[in-house]
This record gives sequence, structure tokens and C-alpha cells, in this order.
Amino acid sequence: MHPIVSVRGLRKVYGERAVVDGVDLQVRPGECFGLLGPNGAGKTTTLRMMLGLTPPTAGELEVLGFAVPAQVQKMHERLGIVPQADNLDPDFTVTENLRVYAGYFGIKKREFLQRLPALLEFAQLEHKADATISSLSGGMKRRLTIARALVNAPDLVVLDEPTTGLDPQARQLIWRRLRLLLARGRTLILTTHYMEEAERLCDRVAIMDVGRILVVGSPAELMRDHIEREVVEVYGPGVEDWGRAHAAGKAARTELVGETLFCYAEDEAPLVASLREHPQLRFLHRRANLEDVFLKLTGKELRDD
Amino acid sequence: MTSGCWQWPRPSQRALAVWRRNVLVWRKLMAPSLVGNFGEPLLYLLALGYGLGGFVGQVDGMDYVVFLAAGIVCTSAMNTASYECLYSAYTRMTVQETWAAMLSAPLSLDDIVCGEILWAGTKALINSSAVLLVATALGLVADWQALWVLPLALLLGCCFGAMALVVTAMSPGYDFFLYYFTLVVTPMFLLSGVFFPLTGVPDWVQMGAQLLPLAHGVELVRPLMTGQVLDGALLHLSVLFGYMVLASWVSLILVRRRLLR
Repeated sequence: MHPIVSVRGLRKVYGERAVVDGVDLQVRPGECFGLLGPNGAGKTTTLRMMLGLTPPTAGELEVLGFAVPAQVQKMHERLGIVPQADNLDPDFTVTENLRVYAGYFGIKKREFLQRLPALLEFAQLEHKADATISSLSGGMKRRLTIARALVNAPDLVVLDEPTTGLDPQARQLIWRRLRLLLARGRTLILTTHYMEEAERLCDRVAIMDVGRILVVGSPAELMRDHIEREVVEVYGPGVEDWGRAHAAGKAARTELVGETLFCYAEDEAPLVASLREHPQLRFLHRRANLEDVFLKLTGKELRDD
Repeated sequence: MTSGCWQWPRPSQRALAVWRRNVLVWRKLMAPSLVGNFGEPLLYLLALGYGLGGFVGQVDGMDYVVFLAAGIVCTSAMNTASYECLYSAYTRMTVQETWAAMLSAPLSLDDIVCGEILWAGTKALINSSAVLLVATALGLVADWQALWVLPLALLLGCCFGAMALVVTAMSPGYDFFLYYFTLVVTPMFLLSGVFFPLTGVPDWVQMGAQLLPLAHGVELVRPLMTGQVLDGALLHLSVLFGYMVLASWVSLILVRRRLLR
């Protein structure tokens, strides 16, 4: 199958600093592809180059069969973009926002009016068709922004942090909408900070850091290949002493982050048994998830830039 | 890609979608916009034209208010287009990210810049027409030849819109526009033969005024409104076109450097 996005040797250098430093990746038709990474990892810059919004310093980009940035406008005709910050037009109503955006694609009024009911239904904003943007909640604005990106019936939809800043209910609703898009055969690319989001939605994810892709694979593959099955998080007085004395032989790997000792193991039973004998320590046992893979690969220290 | 920044503007038909978006917003906010952009020139015309005119008497063989009317039509075009491409365009470029939304669609910066300039020209045309209409009602317009002022208002609007967009593209914030108003717009307003004929000022000021697009606009519009013979039209038109084309190109270069990093 011909990939829908193909990126080879992509680099972006600002001054002396390579923000994106040799990225190769392919996105297959119909999949949901997640681009993950801490702040400053280069994922937004990678995405912007892919969308033809920033010229690359070096590398080859092909999106939807078009060379980028040479054929950006042609490519955009078949692409939907959901930006990180909602840039809806505050002077227009919900319907007017969709209509004006459709105008940017050269979609005629009659054709737009045919598509409008489906777009409103997708965004679940049928009752808000004539509402002003300022009267919408954060979740509604997001849904409208996603519906706006669908106005040209795109083959590929790219979403930059689609649920950042939304409450859990709104997030769940967005996820259901995105799954609906996938069911209809669209290809999705998204960036996110929420590992749960990536684990639930994405067929494959790429984890980036310092301008490079560290690993690519399905969430299940990444968890299998890069992390032990079980995690026991331990905290409380004397956690370090307990770690040295008891966890060392029972966990495959331990890591102290702040006041919490993370113990990674294929079998948690010996750890839990030992913890029962140290009632002053509190613990949480859970299955390892994508976030553990992410933290293992990109480190646990805080990124402020 | 830095070299790509210098490319000559190559707008497509989609520039009209940018123009149409701005028309739609204008229609929604028409009332305050008309009061602001059309009320002020009217006040100038009435207060200065009749008030000051009573003391001045005849200028260049015509009533002062007749002399002034042509200048106010041109000034109205300049101010309208300048405000539009400074404050409003800046808002669309930064705060509202309207341009970012357009760039996500199949629009290029060439389309956006050309659409914005064309819209500034259109808005100038609307406001200048209103002033012209009032001037006609007041009996300050000689004959039908004054209709030629309308395409000129469009040209003036595009010209000043493009110049303002150059400033917008460099601007770190709204306050920056004051430099442009104080250093460019206001001196041009005062030295382009709007309020008084330039025949009375020193030669070097007259020479300098030849560089001001507004002066050339006034030179074209005044004879058309007062029924006099148009002189040197080709030169005046060339200057206005020159400013428009050059400023459009420079603003596009600057906008590309600002947004396509």
C-alpha cells in the first residue's frame, strides 16, 4: 500500500539549533498515527513541515501524493487541519464559520448547503447552528474546529493536540468523533500529551525527543518491547531503604522520581508480598502503559522549554 | 527557502475568498464602521469647508469648500485603507489567527495579502463614494466626470492598504502603528494639497510632495470633481500604481519572512 505520508531525512535548523534532526516516517492509509514527545521534542515543527506551513531545511516530504512544500495548495485541497489553538472567526456564527471556510476551498454555496447538516451533526451542534462563537463551550469550539476541517471531505485529517484543555467528558466525546472518522476510512495524524489518548486511538505511534524519532510501533508493540508488564508505585517513609533492601532482587528495574519509587517487573507478586510486611509504605499496583514507555524513553525530568 | 520569500506575488483566484470573508464581516459590523470612517471626513468637510472657508474665501479660483472636498475624498480613502490594513489586518494575522486558518485551506500568503489589499481598496471605495455623494448633495461637484473618482478611490485604497501592510508585517504590536501615523500618514495628510495649494510652500517642500502618493491622488481627483482639465494623468497614475505594486511585493516578502519560518 502506498503510504499517505512519507517523510525522509527531514531536518529543520533554526540558527545553530536543529529542532528536527533527521526524521523518517510513513503513515499508512486508514490508520491513526500518533506523534508523541515532550515539549520541545520537535513534533509540532515536524507536523508544520508536513503540512507545508514551515519550509524544511532538508529532507523529502510527500503527502497525499503531492510533493511538499512545492504542491502545498493542491495537497491542502484534500487535507483537513485542526490547529492546536481554535482559530474560529469570532465575528461569525457556527454556520457562517463553516461557510466561509468552505469558501476558501472554492466550494460553491449549493454544495456547501448539502454538506452542512452532516457537518453540524458530526459536531453535535445542530442546535447551535446560528450561535455566536463566544457562546460555545471549549468542547463545542473544538468540535466545530474539527467539523470545519471536514468541510472539504478530506482523505487525511491532522490534529495538533485535539483534546488539550478539555474536561474529561468533552474529551470522551472528541474521541468518539475521531473513532467515527476512522470508521469512515479517513486517515488521522495527531499529536498529544495524553498517553491514554494515544493508547486508545492510535494504531501506531512515534515517540520523538530532541528532534529525532526514538521508536515507532503500535502501543501494544512498544509496551511489549520496551517495558516490563507490571508496575508497582511505592511511596511513604523509608521508601528508599525498602527499595535498596527488598525491591532490588524482585523488580527488573526501579526508578526513584521525587518521593515515589517505580518498580517495574514481569511478576508483581514478590514485590506486593514484601510491601504487605511494610505497612508504613503505601503502594499502587497497575499494568504498565504507554506512559511508562514514554517516560522510560524520554526521561522523567521536567521540560520547561 | 529564504530565497522563496523574494518571489514575485502570484495570487490565485482564491484571493477573492479572502476578500469575500472581509466583506461578510463588514456587512455584520457595517453601522459602526460607516459612522467612524464616513462621519469623520464629513465633519472635516462641513467644519473646515464652510467654517474656515468663510475666512479663506476663494482658493485657486474656487470656493474653499469645493477645493477641500476633493482632498477629503482622497484622505478618506487613505485613512480607511490604512486603518484596515494596520489594526484589522494585524488582528487577523496575530490575535485571531484568521490567516493561519486560511493557510490551512488551499490559500497561499500571496492570496491572503492580495485579498487584504483588494479589500482595503474596496472599503476605501465605499467610504469615498459616501463622501462624494454628500459633496454632490452639497453642490460641490461640477459634473458627471466626477464618477471617474470611484476607480481612483479603489486604486488609492489598494495603494495605501499595501503600504500599511508593509508596516503591519513588521509590527510587534498595535502601538507600533503610531510611528507610521506620526511619521508618514499625518505629514502626507498635511502636505499633499488637501487643505491648501502647494504653490505657496517652499520649492523643496513642493519637490518632496511629489514623492507622496496622496498628493498625486489629489492632483487627479480635484480636476475631476471641479470640472477642470486633467493634467499629467499618466504620471500621477504611474506613481500610484508604482507604490501599490512595490508595497504589495514588499509586504508579501515581509509577511512570508514573518509567518513561514
